[in-house]
Amino acid sequence: MDERERINRLRWRCTRRAMLEMDLLLGEFLERIFPTLGPAQADAFIILADMEDLELWPLINGSRECTDSVQAEVVALLRDVRVK
Amino acid sequence: MSNSSIPVRKFDAVIVGAGGSGLRAAIQLSEGGLKTAVLSKVFPTRSHTVAAQGGVSASLGNSEEDHWHWHMYDTVKGSDWLGDQDAIEYMCRMAPEVVVELEHFGMPFDRTDEGKIYQRPFGGHMSNFGEKPVRRACAAADRTGHAMLHALYQRNVRANTQFFVEWMALDLIRDESGQVLGVIALEMETGEVVAFHAKATIFATGGAGRIYYSSTNAFINTGDGLGMAARAGIALEDMEFWQFHPTGVAGAGVLITEGVRGEGGILRNSDNERFMERYAPNAKDLASRDVVSRAMVTEINEGRGCGPNKDFVLLDITHLDPATIMKRLPGIREISIQFAGIDPIQAPIPVVPTCHYQMGGIPTNYKGQVVAADGVPVKGFYAAGEVACASVHGANRLGTNSLLDLLVFGKSSGDSVIEDLATGKVAHQDLPENFAERTLARLHRLNTQTGGSDVNETRLELQRTMQKHCGVFRFKDMLAEGVAKIVEIEKAVARTEIKDKSQVWNTARVEALELDNLIEVAKATLVSAEARKESRGAHVRDDAPDTAENPNGRDDANWHKHTLWQREGSSLSYKPVTMTPLTVETIALKTRSY
Repeated sequence: MDERERINRLRWRCTRRAMLEMDLLLGEFLERIFPTLGPAQADAFIILADMEDLELWPLINGSRECTDSVQAEVVALLRDVRVK
Repeated sequence: MSNSSIPVRKFDAVIVGAGGSGLRAAIQLSEGGLKTAVLSKVFPTRSHTVAAQGGVSASLGNSEEDHWHWHMYDTVKGSDWLGDQDAIEYMCRMAPEVVVELEHFGMPFDRTDEGKIYQRPFGGHMSNFGEKPVRRACAAADRTGHAMLHALYQRNVRANTQFFVEWMALDLIRDESGQVLGVIALEMETGEVVAFHAKATIFATGGAGRIYYSSTNAFINTGDGLGMAARAGIALEDMEFWQFHPTGVAGAGVLITEGVRGEGGILRNSDNERFMERYAPNAKDLASRDVVSRAMVTEINEGRGCGPNKDFVLLDITHLDPATIMKRLPGIREISIQFAGIDPIQAPIPVVPTCHYQMGGIPTNYKGQVVAADGVPVKGFYAAGEVACASVHGANRLGTNSLLDLLVFGKSSGDSVIEDLATGKVAHQDLPENFAERTLARLHRLNTQTGGSDVNETRLELQRTMQKHCGVFRFKDMLAEGVAKIVEIEKAVARTEIKDKSQVWNTARVEALELDNLIEVAKATLVSAEARKESRGAHVRDDAPDTAENPNGRDDANWHKHTLWQREGSSLSYKPVTMTPLTVETIALKTRSY
């Protein structure tokens, strides 16, 4: 799978989710923040994007703890996303 | 590409959509021994059913006396008498059975101290034919839809249902007699176009709330089933009826709960005026949803909207103690910061009435069979859930009846398939020679279009047109202008151009194909709304006001009937509302008031 295919698949999984809130947040993150991530953070984001919305949302709103420090870094960046 | 180059996969039944209704139907089929394929744009537990939090209604009577007949009365009244009373009776009578079944599938409902399913009250659900609120909603905390999807998915895994995930259905296959023979679908991972040849096809594709600029619906809700049905010559029913919520974040659509106004939130216009004092002197900002929504739209239309385009109003809680906001409304503060870029402790939140639910859809009977305008079932074709119009919600849906709709009609459509196949009413027919011709031509046009219109810009234009011309409060001239505009937008949709022509994971192509479906829904909605010259339920017109002759603007003498919009020629016809229930007496027309 080439880079275009990889990003398009990720884009689909970020913007066709169960809840509008997550479409907006993950879509915005993918366009603006994802290209700036290092490889470990990018991998952590892909794992987060594969989660179901009701698993991911508690991490973003802080009601659940992240499992590792890289994931926590990415979640902190997600929390800072402002949807235009 | 010729038809012969398209692979054909053969199944007894194909279901399009893997939300609540698709999964419920699939259980019936797979457990009934049918070879069943379920196509979905996303993994099943990522369907929009997850967003339904409130619960599913059933007159279990676990907390106090209740009866399906009372539930039926509430639903008929909620529908503003546009719901079909046979379908409504069927749904309300079946409710306890499908909820208990779901419990047996492993649904983790909240419990009473005695271990029964816990039930709570919900707006519009009453005991004894509208006397007082009743506890009828069964929930799994605030994750009812999510828990329901998981329970249904697990049951399907057990039943060996075959899932095709990240596939988009493109078109129905019909033969010359009109019988439906399956669908043509696109696998995103390969770009391959495949025919799913089936004896029975069930559409469970959900709603199309993305036709509006401000919508609570996830991006996935692009009305794919409606678009496919319309292109295949199936009429769409009652598409003018859409439920709106008064306070979605402007632009984003994310809901701001009524609780904010309950805590003292005030709606303001561009003059900083608390305008609800003029529209509802007593209840003010806590007036009912429709009253608040109409007031907001009136302010915007009369030039008192806020922002550079004057297209929203403000929800102000800056006068509240920050400690109260942090304590009582922490989630709302986060939503406002993330989706409006505003901390509501410091500045008011931009809000606008926001589309939430589609009452109309593909016409079906209470057995989930799709019916033609003459009421005769279309052979081989079934639909359930938000894409379908049974019609149980009529002109306005009651809360918690959407999840019930999924369960009852998911199940009944599955039962109908089994019965129709067993009695030989439907069988595998040969595919017509050129069955894929129109779909392939559509794909070819998209792949070769040059100098065409941009997909995102065209979609945005469609959404803004719907929001402005056919929103929560409707005006004669605006509707007429909207019809003219949507016809122009339709021309742009027919000329969309994508830069990426690749086969594998071409999301630009998929989004263009989704737009092909959105335009059908938008046109059906605008044309149907412009024609209906009354106010009823969620369809409220400025020129059909509340009068002594027509309370709430409802005109039963002329408009107590279902709309049918046909794509061919964008023509309208009407059919009567079924007023005869299955076993009880008709719930006679009367003014809807709470």
